[in-house]
This record gives sequence, C-alpha cells and structure tokens, in this order.
Amino acid sequence: MKIRAKPHFSVSTQTQQKIAFTLLGIASSLVVVPVIVIFAILIQKGWPAINWQFLTTMPRMGMRAGGIFPAIMGTLYLVGGTIVVALPLGVLAAIYLVEYARRNFLTRMIEVAIVNLAGVPSVVYGLFGMGLFVIYLKMGVSIVAGALTLAIMILPVIITSTKEALQSVPRSFREASLALGVSKWQTIRYVVLPNALPGILTGTILGISRAAGETAPILFTVAAFYLPRLPKSIFDQCMALPYHLYVLSTQVPNVKPALQYGTALVLVGMVFLLNLVAILVRSHIRSRKQW
Amino acid sequence: MVDKIVIENLCIDYGGVHALKNVNLCVKEHEILGVIGPANSGKTSFLRALNRLNDLDISSRLSGSIRLNGKEINREMDVEEVRKKVTMVFALPIPLPMSIFDNVAYGPRRHGIRDRKQLAEIVEKSLKEAFLWDEVKDRLASSGMKLSGGQQQRLCIARTLAVEPEVILYDEPCSGLDPISTAKVEDAMRELKSRYTQILVTNNVKQAARVGDRVAFFLMGELVEIGEAHQLFTSPKDQRTNDYLTGRFG
Repeated sequence: MKIRAKPHFSVSTQTQQKIAFTLLGIASSLVVVPVIVIFAILIQKGWPAINWQFLTTMPRMGMRAGGIFPAIMGTLYLVGGTIVVALPLGVLAAIYLVEYARRNFLTRMIEVAIVNLAGVPSVVYGLFGMGLFVIYLKMGVSIVAGALTLAIMILPVIITSTKEALQSVPRSFREASLALGVSKWQTIRYVVLPNALPGILTGTILGISRAAGETAPILFTVAAFYLPRLPKSIFDQCMALPYHLYVLSTQVPNVKPALQYGTALVLVGMVFLLNLVAILVRSHIRSRKQW
Repeated sequence: MVDKIVIENLCIDYGGVHALKNVNLCVKEHEILGVIGPANSGKTSFLRALNRLNDLDISSRLSGSIRLNGKEINREMDVEEVRKKVTMVFALPIPLPMSIFDNVAYGPRRHGIRDRKQLAEIVEKSLKEAFLWDEVKDRLASSGMKLSGGQQQRLCIARTLAVEPEVILYDEPCSGLDPISTAKVEDAMRELKSRYTQILVTNNVKQAARVGDRVAFFLMGELVEIGEAHQLFTSPKDQRTNDYLTGRFG
C-alpha cells in the first residue's frame, strides 16, 4: 500500500470531530431557543395579569376586564370531549388495521387515507365540521359539534401512533400467548395492548396538544365570541382559549396587552399540564416495562 | 402404546414453495419423539402444523390430515382447543413481560380460572414439574424477564404445563442455553414423560439421542426415516440418515 503524503492543509480527525460536535450542538440548541424565548416573553408579559380572579371569573366590559374562566372551561370541555371520541375510535381502528385486516387494496387505501387526513389544513376540518355536524346533522354550534370536529382532526395522529405501538410489540409475545390456546382477542387484550400503552399515550399527548391549541376547527363549530357564562349542556356554545386569544388580539380594540399575554400563557400552561400528566402516566408504565 | 397423533399425507407449502411433502407418521402417547434434520428440512413447519401456528402465516397451505385422539385438528376442532391441548415451547425463551407468577397463571386465567387459591396451586404444581420451583419460590412476584436463560426456558415450560396440555412441542428449546441449563431442561422433559406426549425438534443430534424414545429424520421436506432412537443412531436403514448422522453432508 502506498503511504499517502499528508496534505498540506490537513485537519486532524480530532479537530474534525470537534467541529462536527460543535455544529450538532449549535443545531440542537437553536431548536430550543424559540421555545425558551416564547416562554420567556409569555411569562414576562403575561404573568402580571394572572391571578386567582383572572382564572376564575367571567370576562367583563366586552372582554377588556375580568377573567377568562369560561374560556378555560370551554377548552377543557372540548379537549375532554375530543379525547373521549377520538381515543377509543382511533385505538379500535388501529387494532383492526394491525391485527385483523389482511393486506389488500382496501386496507392500503385506508392507510393512505389516514396519512392524507393528517395533512388536511385545520380550517378545512372546521368547514367540514360546520357542514356535517352543525348544519346537516343539526347539532348547531355546540360543544358536541366542536369536539367531533377536533376528534376527526386528531384521529390520524392517534391511529398512526397506536399502529406503531402495536407493531412494536414483538411477534414472539403474541405467539407465546396463542400457543397456549388463548384466543386472538384475549392475546391482544392481555399481551399486546398493555405493552403498547406507552406508545398509545404518546399519540394521545400529541392529540391533546393539537385539540387544545387549534382555532380554525372550532371557529365555525363551537366557539363563542363572547359568552360570559358556562355552557349549560353539550349542545351549548362555549368560549375557548385559542379563539378567545384571537379575539382579544384582533377583534376588540383597547385591550390591555397583559390580558392577551396572560391568556396565551394560560393556554400554553394548560397544554403543558395536560401533557405532563400523560407523560407521567407513560413513564410510570414504561418503568414497569422490562424488555 | 396408543397412537396420540396420527399424521397422514401431510403436505405444507408457503406460497407455492414446498416445506413438507407427504409425511405419514404416528406419535405414541407419552413418548418423546425427537425430530432431527438440517436447516430447511421442514421440521419446524411440521411442528407448527401440529398446533396450527402455521395458520398465522396466511401464505401457508396445508393438505392431508392430522388427528389428535382421533379428531382432525384442522376440520373437527377449534383452533384454541387444539393449541390448549398441544402447546409449544419456542427456541428462544419468551417470558411475557410480567411476574413469574403471572407468567405461569397467564394461560389458566385466560381459560377462565379466577380463584386465587386454585391459581396458586396450579402455579406451584407447574413450576415444580418444570424443576423451577426451588429456584424461584421466594420471588414469584419478580419479573420473569430477570431470570437466567435456562430458568426462563423452564418458566416457559411451566407456563405451558399450567394449561394442562396433552402434547408439548419443543422447537429447539435449548439452542440458546449453556450445557448445564440444557441438562436441566432435558431432566424436566424426562420427568414429564409419564403424563405428557412430547415432540422435540432439535438441531442437536446428541440431544435427540439423549432424550428421544423414537427419532424422526427429516430432509428437504420429507420424512426419511423414523425409528427407535438406539436403532436409528446405531444402524440407520437409510443411507441419507447415515450420512447426516456421520456428518457427511449438511
């Protein structure tokens, strides 16, 4: 073998490594910067507005004063309703697709449809929900209509993550169970699902965040511009944080900026809290996972 | 001895590729039948046909008949019924991700036994039968996955015993185990002979000789020869068996 002469402008492998690490480090810190900046600004400008009264009272004076209680409750109702609909539906659909459906043209079309659903802009979901639930099914502008619309929007997220979670359960576990004469459904119920739970929860976390934060899908289906009371039933309208924030920022003149930032901070904080709960549950389950 | 399983003209193919051709054989009650043969000889397909695990592979096609106690397993029995009576221990130990107790109690629970006391009795009896009780009796609540490889495999045997099968299939059960663990698993198999019919697929010819009452030799999807273990190993009737045993091909 010929020994190559060292090029004049050589960079030692250690220097190369240092450069690479530095670049990678910069890239990943850049990703974190916007998050930190957003939080910093929100906390700095919104924190003064947050007090017990702000969180627990109705808005007053055309939303220029008072609290955001109905918007907080509205968002909680919507997220709750959305998960109640989307989680069972999505998980059941994913189980069918992974465990029962044979690979054929139909199931492939379903999978393509799910992937494409994830790419539909949220305003289209809003219009679809208005057309189907509000007008055609005569639900009116209501929590049901809004929650159903949001549920359709997050279904692809839940189905996709559940499918991946189910597929990640080793085939050998299924065979070990089936080989004992345990039926397929029981195998899914007692071996596959428990071990897929962390992945399913990850999908749920993503779904919750999206459902809580989207404005367009609730715009025509549920969100009330100004409704200083709590909804009376699930067929009532309600206020919701993202829409309220939009209204405060663009539709109402002379709002104190602290109110806007405060509302944004509450919304972000709520999503963060909901996620935190799901993450804690997930890590608790993962700590028991042994393979 | 009574014929436990009677197999006639069994053919299996996977999407047109033949895995087994015209296999005829009987498995006698309470014997250990060793099944040997090189890779791709069809011995695993043969085993997985006996408890219908082949059903999971949608490309697989089966013809011929397999009778368990006189009943055709593909046509006259439910798949769950077949697999409950003919259970399987796999090549790699597969403890489920749960405690030792729950692993053994898994089968009985799914088959409807809820009574705690009864479950505890089944677990103890099964673990004793699998020669594992003394090693784990103080830590039944700890994870089955924390056991050593040999212990895991005996746990899997205990798990199959807990559903009170009639036939136990072993698919190279010691391929991942050290010699001492292997010896313990073999001891368990010999001990189980009085109550169970056992079929052992193994790549280890010596293991078949050690524990098998009779041995079947498969080659390229055909059953070449079956006979008493000492006869097959000392004076095989077929030249191909002799070649395999003496290591002349493979």
